[in-house]
Amino acid sequence: MKRHLLSSADLDRDDALLVLDTAAELAALTGRTVKKLPTLRGRTVVNLFFEDSTRTRISFEAAAKRLSADVINFSAKGSSVSKGESLKDTALTLEAMGADAVVIRHAASGAPHQLAHSGWIGGSVVNAGDGTHEHPTQALLDAFTMRRHLAGGKGDLEGRKVTIVGDVLHSRVARSNVLLLATLGAEVTLVAPPTLFPVGVETWPCATSYDLDSHLRDADAVMLLRVQLERMNAAFVPSVREYSRRYGLDKQRMSTMPDHAIVMHPGPMNRGMEIASDVADAPRSVIVEQVANGVSVRMAVLYLLLGGAQLGTGEPDTDDADTGVEA
Amino acid sequence: MSSARTPDDTRTVLDGAEIARALTRVAHEIVERAKGADDIVLLGIPTRGVFLARLIAERIRAIEGREVPVGSLDVTMYRDDLRRAPARALLPTQIPADGIDDKIVVLVDDVLYSGRTIRAALDAMNDIGRPRAVQLAVLVDRGHRELPIRADFVGKNIPTSKSEKVHVRVSEHDGDDAVLISGHAGAAEAEAR
Repeated sequence: MKRHLLSSADLDRDDALLVLDTAAELAALTGRTVKKLPTLRGRTVVNLFFEDSTRTRISFEAAAKRLSADVINFSAKGSSVSKGESLKDTALTLEAMGADAVVIRHAASGAPHQLAHSGWIGGSVVNAGDGTHEHPTQALLDAFTMRRHLAGGKGDLEGRKVTIVGDVLHSRVARSNVLLLATLGAEVTLVAPPTLFPVGVETWPCATSYDLDSHLRDADAVMLLRVQLERMNAAFVPSVREYSRRYGLDKQRMSTMPDHAIVMHPGPMNRGMEIASDVADAPRSVIVEQVANGVSVRMAVLYLLLGGAQLGTGEPDTDDADTGVEA
Repeated sequence: MSSARTPDDTRTVLDGAEIARALTRVAHEIVERAKGADDIVLLGIPTRGVFLARLIAERIRAIEGREVPVGSLDVTMYRDDLRRAPARALLPTQIPADGIDDKIVVLVDDVLYSGRTIRAALDAMNDIGRPRAVQLAVLVDRGHRELPIRADFVGKNIPTSKSEKVHVRVSEHDGDDAVLISGHAGAAEAEAR
C-alpha cells in the first residue's frame, strides 16, 4: 500500500485484494459483543469535512473508533474556515495537533492531493470524496459488496458485468468505481444521457451507452447514481421526470435483470427518481448492506495505512515508526 | 529467499510418525486434565496451529467418541510488534458457533518462542468471551521466553539457539509433516513465522 489513498488508481490488483480480504476478516467483528480492536490505540484520525456528509463521516468515525484510534471531527461549518481560513492553515493546525491520518472531503477536486503532497502534514491522507473527482473508499465498499454477492467473497471480479447509471459527469463515485472495477477485472458499462458524460470518458477503462434497457439483461450488478438535483438547474436533462422515465430503475425494468443480479446505490437516494421505492426495498437491493460494508472497508484502509510501519515511500517517517516514537 | 543456505544445515528434529505420537499424547493429556472432552474448545493460531488443532480434535474424538469444536484465532491486530513492519494481512478468525464462554479453551500453536503471540491471543480472546479456563498446547517449545508464559501441553521441548529457525510443516499446508531446524549463528534474520 502507498502512504495515502487519494484515488482508486493508487491501488493495484494486489493492494485492492489486500484491502478487500482484510475487510472480510474485519467484517466478522460486526457480529461480536465487543466491536473493538486495540490496533490503532494512541493514534489520531482527523475527519476533515468541508462538505456535508452523513454516512461517509459516520462510517469513517465508526471505523477509526473500532480500531481504538482517537477521532477528531472537523466540519467546515462553525469552524475557522467560515472565517476565511485557508486549507493550508487548517492543515498546519491539524499537524500541530499530531494527526496521524487525515480523512478529507472537499468540494474542490484535488484538495486531498494538495494536502498529501504539499508537505503541510506528515500523516496519511485518505480521500473521502473530492469535488467531481474521486471517492475511493466508496469504490472499495462497492467492490466488496459485489464480491460478496457475485464472487463468493473471494478473489477478484473477473468477467462480472457492472452497469453504472446516472450522472457520471458530476459523480466521483462513478470514476472511482470504474478505475477500481477495471483493476479487479470487471466489465463496466456507464449509462447516462449524452449531456451527463464528462469530456474524455472514452479514455476510461469502460464502455458507455445512452440506453439503459439494453444493459440490464446481462448485468450482474446495476448501480444507480444519485440525480444531483442541486446541479440539475443547468438543463443537463429536460426534466427530472423525463430522466426518471429513461434512466430510472423501476420494478418493470428490474424484472428484466438476471435473477442473481444485485441493485446498488451509493446513497443518499432520491426515491422515485433514479430508483423506484419498491426497487430500493427489493430483496436484491443491497443498499443497506453497502453502508455496513463501508465500515469494514474503511477499517481495513485505516489499518493498512496506519497499522504498520511506514515503509517504502521514501518519506522520512520511517525512523519514527521503527522506534515507535510518537513525534 | 536467495540466501546461500545449503540444505545441509537444515536438520529434521521430528518426523511425521513422531509428530503423530506427540499429538496423540497431547490429546490424551488434554482429556485427562479436563476429565473428559465436555466443554473443550480448541482454538488454533493461524496458520499451522489451526491444522494442529484439527489433528488433536481427531484424536480426542477417537479417545472420547465425541466431537470437539475447533476454531481459529488470528492475533495480528493484537500483536505488540505491529508498528515494526508494514501492516500485515489478516488471517481467518473462526469462533465455533457455541462461543467460548464458560468453556475450557485450549490454544494450539506450532512453536512457542518469545510468548508474545500467546499474550496477543489472550488479549484477543478477552474481546470474544470469558472462558472458564485457558490452556496452551504447542507442538514445539523452543525456549527463549520473553514473557511469563508457559505451555500446558508440549509435543516436544527442543532447546535451540536464538540464531536458529524452527520450521513446522503440516501435510495439509506444506505437503508433509516434519519439524526442521535451520541456520546457525550468523544466519539469523528474525522472521516471525
